[in-house]
Amino acid sequence: MARIIGILIAGVLAAEGALAAAPLGFDDARHLLNRTSFAAGPADIEAFAALTREQAADRLLGWTGKPAVTPAPRWTGERFESPRRFRGMSAEERKLAQREIFRKALELQSWWLTEMLVTPSPLTEKMTLFWHNHFVSSQQKVRSPQLMHRQNALLRRHALGNFGELLHAAARDPAMVIYLDNASNRKGQPNENFAREVMELFTLGEGNYGERDIKEVARAFTGWSLDLDTGEFLFRRMAHDDGVKTVLGRSGAFDGAAVLDILLAQPQTAEFIVAKLWREFVSPEPDPAEVKRLARVFRESRYSIRTALRALLVSDAFYAPRNRATLIKSPVDLVVGTLRQFHFETGDVMPFVFTANRLGQALFAPPNVKGWPGGEKWINSTTLLARKGFLERLFRADELRPVLAAAMSDGMEQPRGVARIDEGRERFMRAMMEIRFDGGRWLAQFKGGDAAGVQRVLLAAAPVSSPAPDTRGMELIRQITQDPVYQLK
Amino acid sequence: MNRRDFLSTVGAATVASIVPASALAQRSPAGYANLLVLVELKGGNDGLNTVVPYSDSEYYALRPRLAVPRDQVLQLDGRAGLHPSLEPLMALWTRRELAVVQSVGYPGANLSHFRSIEIWDTASNSNEYLGEGWLARTFAAAPAPRSFAADGVVVGGAEMGPFAGAGTRAIALTDTQQFLRQARLAAPAGVARNGALSHILRVEQDIVQAAANLNGNHAFATEFPRTPFGNAVRTASQVIASKAGVAAVKISLNGFDTHSNQPGTHARLLKDLAEGLAALRSALAEAGRWESTLIMTYAEFGRRPRENRSSGTDHGTASTHFLLGGRVKGGLYGPPPGLSRLDGNGNLPFAVDFRDVYATVIERWWGVESARALKGRFASLDIVRA
Repeated sequence: MARIIGILIAGVLAAEGALAAAPLGFDDARHLLNRTSFAAGPADIEAFAALTREQAADRLLGWTGKPAVTPAPRWTGERFESPRRFRGMSAEERKLAQREIFRKALELQSWWLTEMLVTPSPLTEKMTLFWHNHFVSSQQKVRSPQLMHRQNALLRRHALGNFGELLHAAARDPAMVIYLDNASNRKGQPNENFAREVMELFTLGEGNYGERDIKEVARAFTGWSLDLDTGEFLFRRMAHDDGVKTVLGRSGAFDGAAVLDILLAQPQTAEFIVAKLWREFVSPEPDPAEVKRLARVFRESRYSIRTALRALLVSDAFYAPRNRATLIKSPVDLVVGTLRQFHFETGDVMPFVFTANRLGQALFAPPNVKGWPGGEKWINSTTLLARKGFLERLFRADELRPVLAAAMSDGMEQPRGVARIDEGRERFMRAMMEIRFDGGRWLAQFKGGDAAGVQRVLLAAAPVSSPAPDTRGMELIRQITQDPVYQLK
Repeated sequence: MNRRDFLSTVGAATVASIVPASALAQRSPAGYANLLVLVELKGGNDGLNTVVPYSDSEYYALRPRLAVPRDQVLQLDGRAGLHPSLEPLMALWTRRELAVVQSVGYPGANLSHFRSIEIWDTASNSNEYLGEGWLARTFAAAPAPRSFAADGVVVGGAEMGPFAGAGTRAIALTDTQQFLRQARLAAPAGVARNGALSHILRVEQDIVQAAANLNGNHAFATEFPRTPFGNAVRTASQVIASKAGVAAVKISLNGFDTHSNQPGTHARLLKDLAEGLAALRSALAEAGRWESTLIMTYAEFGRRPRENRSSGTDHGTASTHFLLGGRVKGGLYGPPPGLSRLDGNGNLPFAVDFRDVYATVIERWWGVESARALKGRFASLDIVRA
């Protein structure tokens, strides 16, 4: 008996030792790719299955840090359209200008969604989106698609770089200066909006500072403004309060940059960011001990985001069975992931921008400074039916095409006066008609349309209701994508 | 016990453990036989041109182009009068079924649409972020009967607003028939293996339950206005006429963000509103629900008293709101707009906290204690008959 136990223990030890260097295997590779990219097909999964955790993380991280492959709209590089131009406009001119802003904002959303659809490095997009949801600004308030694009470029540049540099850059970002009202933060008339959020949402988290600190930090950021002619950051020396401030127990004639360094020196900052990365990539409930350990790694690397993320992606917790299928796909995960997974051919991406908006994730327009709350908040009766309806329409696109064509020819006879709505609707329907999915070819990746194999790629866990054993072809895809588990990652 | 039964029992236990014990203890039959209908005036309605302070010379001084002329207002008393487009509401006023609450707002008003409606929806202080709606917290404190089709139904739009929150059985739909068609995509609950999945399954369950209990084919003699708002009123009436109850229904009317060319737009919106509310009254009376329904308007904010240079008005603060129903004590409540006491931005002071109005609904209409749902004590108004 003792001998048998001895053999068992030896076996377990050998397995433990081998684990770190062992190849991921199919399911772990699927898990990694689905959490760090939008969705992965069988070929990608197979390729990663042969790698160890470390090799896999290094390969994913090695693909990051390159500029977007989709050219940005031309107007992003043109002369800054100052809000000053509104002065002296007639009501009619102003209306036209507003409409133009709206059109450009939609174009910007389409640009980003396109990049997500075609990028060779989905992790770059995921991290850019992660920071967009951290250093939140919204087009709804900034009202400058040019500045929103510049901010996106900044987040993208630093997405896997250094958090300290990112924080400093974000604080000086013109869209941020507008969004959190620092533009109107002046000596003697402080505006506390940025001061509060930089501590509550960007670095320390709630409860790690007092109201007094907010007032003092606001003073330090007085004068951090923007040049309305160029749209560039501008430090207005005359508006800056250069007196002594006391922040988190330290006193000095701090300016904004000095305050950011004080915030970066607080251990809570690294923990706050790591916990947020955990909720993005691992599970809704960060493990406090692991967060502390990872935060130490983060600080010791002087805030290298790449280092922190790598440590997270090779951790046991990341691969723990209890954390599988515990995250709800964001609207972007669902829309982009599905289109990528099934190699949909699309023309105009506008319908998918609208879908993401309707599902609650309008890019460049998070609901408020806290960003999208995410998790269970993504799903209510409307958004769930909208998610399911979207999936059903995608996989019935062939049946819908004649219906859309008929609706469009009807639409042509509608009266004038509603031209603008019709234009949008027509563009929408045309785009829906352009969608193509070759189900046969996609299923051919699975020998003989093997249902278990399809499920293993598409679902993060066993379905709530398994398709009948003889279900095949498009019907199989439809049933699996309608299963509640398809909403999880 | 097979595996499925076992797991669903575990699921039920998990749900029970996250519901506060007091909520289970207080399974009281709260007065949810009384229905609440919320009408959101999206964009921020101009209270001053809705209920016009027609005897206040400040009003005419601030609005040389936008003011409603004194001889056109529908007088409520010696100082306040309705915009002429609200004529359909005069019948209710005469029957004393319309309460007009003036100067409704909150301290530290936020002038952003998004943030301010969030404050109203969550009943938070202006510098406080709450994740759950005020009705969600009310239903958590005093649950509505399980037999109801849903706790709340949002007609049009996907924002759950005051219903947002983990425990609320809330459904959003635009058209009952269409909802019933779409609902076939939802399957009855399966096995929950973690929090995320159990949430999704519960939402599916809510959809299935609502779909099983709502019908979209009540034949009303009432003629509903042929406008989007009229359609919303029709859908709300269908929901309310369904046999299984709901505790609250929300409808909304868009377009009140009248920064330019306000007079025509606002007149059309108020006409829509008044005709829709009159139709709702008629449909509720047909369904035998007028005596047990309280209708309440709200918006993220009112508009600035001084008109801008585009014949419009910018974002403001306090505004006037309506409560109507068969058991409303009609009349004017709250002080008239304080036009002589504008703040640094030129905005109105508030006198009635919007949470006082919510407390009125929770306590006097539903008979539920309100301090927990509103996270503080607010003074309810003596505005409904028990």
